Amino acid sequence: MTGTLPRQKETPAQRDRRLLTLLRTGGTVLVRWREASVLIVAIAMAIYFRASSDVFLTYANLRNIAQATAPAAIVAVGIVLLLVSGEIDLSVGVVAALAPFLVHYAVDLWGVPVIPAFLIAFAVAAFIGFCNGFVVTKFKVPSLVATLGSYYLLLGVLLTTSHAYPAEIPAAAQGKIQTIFGAGDWSSLIWCLGVVVVYHIVLTRTRWGLHTISVGGNLIGATEAGIRANRIKIGNFMMAAMLAALAGLLEAFRINSIDPNIGGGTALVFTAISAAVIGGTALAGGSGTVIGALLGALILAELQNGFNLIGISANPFNIILGSAILLSMIANQYLSRLRRTGGG
Amino acid sequence: MMASSEVLRVEHVAKRFGALTALRDVNLRLEKGEVLGLIGDNGAGKSTLIKIICGFHRPDSGRLLVNGDEVVLRSVDHARSLGIDTVYQGLALINELSVYHNMFLNRELRVGPLLNNRAMRRLARDHLADMGVNIANVSSEVAKLSGGQRQAVAVARAVYSDAKILLLDEPLAAMGAKEGALILDLIRDLKARGDVSVIIIAHNYAQVLDVCDRVNLLQHGSITFDKPTSEVSLEELTELVVAEYRNRRLRGD
Repeated sequence: MTGTLPRQKETPAQRDRRLLTLLRTGGTVLVRWREASVLIVAIAMAIYFRASSDVFLTYANLRNIAQATAPAAIVAVGIVLLLVSGEIDLSVGVVAALAPFLVHYAVDLWGVPVIPAFLIAFAVAAFIGFCNGFVVTKFKVPSLVATLGSYYLLLGVLLTTSHAYPAEIPAAAQGKIQTIFGAGDWSSLIWCLGVVVVYHIVLTRTRWGLHTISVGGNLIGATEAGIRANRIKIGNFMMAAMLAALAGLLEAFRINSIDPNIGGGTALVFTAISAAVIGGTALAGGSGTVIGALLGALILAELQNGFNLIGISANPFNIILGSAILLSMIANQYLSRLRRTGGG
Repeated sequence: MMASSEVLRVEHVAKRFGALTALRDVNLRLEKGEVLGLIGDNGAGKSTLIKIICGFHRPDSGRLLVNGDEVVLRSVDHARSLGIDTVYQGLALINELSVYHNMFLNRELRVGPLLNNRAMRRLARDHLADMGVNIANVSSEVAKLSGGQRQAVAVARAVYSDAKILLLDEPLAAMGAKEGALILDLIRDLKARGDVSVIIIAHNYAQVLDVCDRVNLLQHGSITFDKPTSEVSLEELTELVVAEYRNRRLRGD
């Protein structure tokens, strides 16, 4: 098939049909545009918390919310890629914690300049992602188990090499570099939005995205069509790990300390998976949205922040979080059925 | 001596999966513009043979000649580049994707790094209209289509990929009479074009006789019967397969 086509002029009949389609699409936007429901929840929550607390929509607090949203959303984007291709990675949180340590080791112990040190951190993250993907695709180990293994393995490496103590940001990285990578008020949010825009395009407008959906939706069919499924999956593992490394660097520079606990616990990865799931990404593979994951991360950040402001203790937060995940999964199932049967 | 119009030759191909011998010694040839029916009992190795010809599996021994040249197919993509395309039994459709994305799966049209959705939509619409397939909206998900429409999308995808050798693995399975007729018509259209050669795996021998030029029977991992359809009757074909079944029962397999 050839790709060159003469552009045709639209006839009035075609225009009418297009307008009709547009209207119909508008009518079923809630069903069709899966991010819409998540956006509505995010807005409703903002309205509720604004009503309960004057502080919620102040500049300083919005910055707090942005800074809580960004790292989770960046990691969640990688999780979305993996979930859509039918896999998951539990080790991304530790990769996030490891990345700033790698920069610290490279600069302070091995005398590497800052920018090459960053490249080392990203290269190591990519290698970890590659290993995860390799174990999953070549040895057919389910990714849940394989990355549980690499989670503990990397956690061990992180705690052993760092002696479980935080480190300072390398002197050479302080100042401008630190401001750009996370310390600036809106720096992490800008990085996050950039990542979201790029990967939204990757997932919906490129071959890679189409093949990611294909591999997760129908692995055998995709392979029969000649798609190299292993390559797609390994690539997504690598990108997820590199995104985690970015989130970890931004977070370390923001809090001005390289802390093994950034993602060393399970908090970051679980928040990211929750964000992806609340955003409408199915665990079964084949569908998911990057923008949804961003909105999911925003909802989680709003919840945590809002609860704080109202003075509700952090403890019941998990009850809300758990319910939110269950509800959004049920809604997701229901909406995809609607999407499949109606709104043609 | 090889006929000059021969597009595909399979010589002494064997394939094992662990302890299971799927193909023992297969010899098969396909002429330009010919429609070859491949029949055989379940488990006779028909799908394995198709998957070897389309580059999905590699044979353990034996060789493949495409247009007279020996080839070692490295992948499905490689086979496609030689003009060999397949409609699998499972159709290889992605439910989550639109009709047009499925029709261009792994052959997407692009503008730079981005998909050229507009062109793919239009071409998909045109191709399906050419085939007389009625799908209201090529942007709808494949999951929403009927069984026959799904089959038609899969066949249309292979036909319009400029395939010179088209492999159809049970294209008429799970189809209603009307939808089956649509696919048979499509195969006849291809035959009329004269430049596409087709191998069809089928269980309905009346349809095989109806649309094929020649029929091959695959038994115990090799071709045991090869005749033009003009020289076989439906009874003879049925008897061949039933006799095989009867013999097996007598042997107690």
